[in-house]
Amino acid sequence: MLKLEGLTARGLNAIDLTLADGECLVVRGASGAGKTVLLRAIADLDENGGDAETSHVRRSQVSAPRWRRDVAYVPAEPGWWADTVGAHLTPGRHCTALLHDLGLTEDCLTWQIARLSTGERQRLALIRALEAEPSVLLLDEPTSALDAAATDAVERVIRRRLDGGVTAVIVSHDAGQAHRLATRVGDVADGQLTVTAAGSQP
Amino acid sequence: MTYISLSTADLALASLLIVANGILSLLLGLKLERTLAISMARMVVQLTLVGFILNLIFDLASPLWTGLIALVMVLFAGVEVVARQERKLSTVVSYGLGASAMTFSSVVVTVLALTTQIGPDPWYDPQYAIPLLGMILGNSMTGIALGLNTLTTGMYRDRAAIEAQLCLGATRWQASGPVTRSAMRTGMMPMINAMAAAGVVSLPGMMTGQILAGVPPTEAVRYQILIMFLIVGATGLGVLMTVYGGLIKLTDSRDRLRLDRLQRADDE
Repeated sequence: MLKLEGLTARGLNAIDLTLADGECLVVRGASGAGKTVLLRAIADLDENGGDAETSHVRRSQVSAPRWRRDVAYVPAEPGWWADTVGAHLTPGRHCTALLHDLGLTEDCLTWQIARLSTGERQRLALIRALEAEPSVLLLDEPTSALDAAATDAVERVIRRRLDGGVTAVIVSHDAGQAHRLATRVGDVADGQLTVTAAGSQP
Repeated sequence: MTYISLSTADLALASLLIVANGILSLLLGLKLERTLAISMARMVVQLTLVGFILNLIFDLASPLWTGLIALVMVLFAGVEVVARQERKLSTVVSYGLGASAMTFSSVVVTVLALTTQIGPDPWYDPQYAIPLLGMILGNSMTGIALGLNTLTTGMYRDRAAIEAQLCLGATRWQASGPVTRSAMRTGMMPMINAMAAAGVVSLPGMMTGQILAGVPPTEAVRYQILIMFLIVGATGLGVLMTVYGGLIKLTDSRDRLRLDRLQRADDE
């Protein structure tokens, strides 16, 4: 569950929205409309107003790190703080399973971050975020650099999380992706987020 | 103590060396003659003035005047710290951070040395207090400016890595740890190097000055060692305060990276 209560951020009007467990909101809009601003505001990464809540925590009542462990934001261009892939992950059964699900193997743990392709980075950043088992996923164009097969794998992983009760907000330019994953669709224009049920929009 | 007093004629003779440099610059087309002349004039005027002022202050030996001179020194050092930043927090914040850290660390260390180790009577005797503060301030200033600059440029350069960790639930202290440590190391390095090289690669200026003034080298060395300890102590304290102060300004209580508070040095 993700509940936004009068959430405001730079250039965005106040947003009141409740997404139930397992719901997926796909956000669309022109470049610069404020889609990323919205995700960052929910994750509390920039100054913003209002409050938010998940099934576990209320944002105003917990520290920001505690909030972000339950609400995982994966940026379009993720950052890396060590040289190898393995240093960013917690090797173990959970990690191995996630790697396999996304078409990677444990071999990649020794790879140099600098030599990864954009698509590999996107998938590894998703794995990194999923390891902590957050209840809300905020994904900024998670498949923009992936081919059809890898996109399929990422969507399957997201789908399984949704089925398990995770709530997701996904920024995507891929109309097919909205069709496949969204339970609701949000359009950002002129600082306004307009949310409609999936399938009802043209 | 015995020392040989210098006459104005002695200085004029030595200034011929600079004139020679100027001629060289003209001959080789280095275009340095103008700046050379201006810098030389500044140096002579500034030092002559300082000599007169210090003579005056030493004669007065009043805590008020000594404090006032100390204040002016700190204010100028603050300007130097701000001038050495590539990407800075607003001028007021950088100045405040640098000046307050320097004031605190230098004054604490200077007063400590005056009241315990050197022990002139009265303890604020300007003949000891002002040169001591000047040396500590001048050296810790370099460390503080370097430390703050490393912090701000590092936070900017590693912003993606820092935010990636914040996104995964790291606190601002955890996420900025590598940058903070590197800033402190960079701030401390010049003094650590200076200690290691002292006496082997370089003869420290203060010690050299005392030797020229007739102090036996073994005595001068004792003073130099004390000064080194004081400088390193003040630099460590000042760098710690500045880097943590800077870090608090570059992040906020909701563990966000606040690079919006940073500006390019040429923005203003």
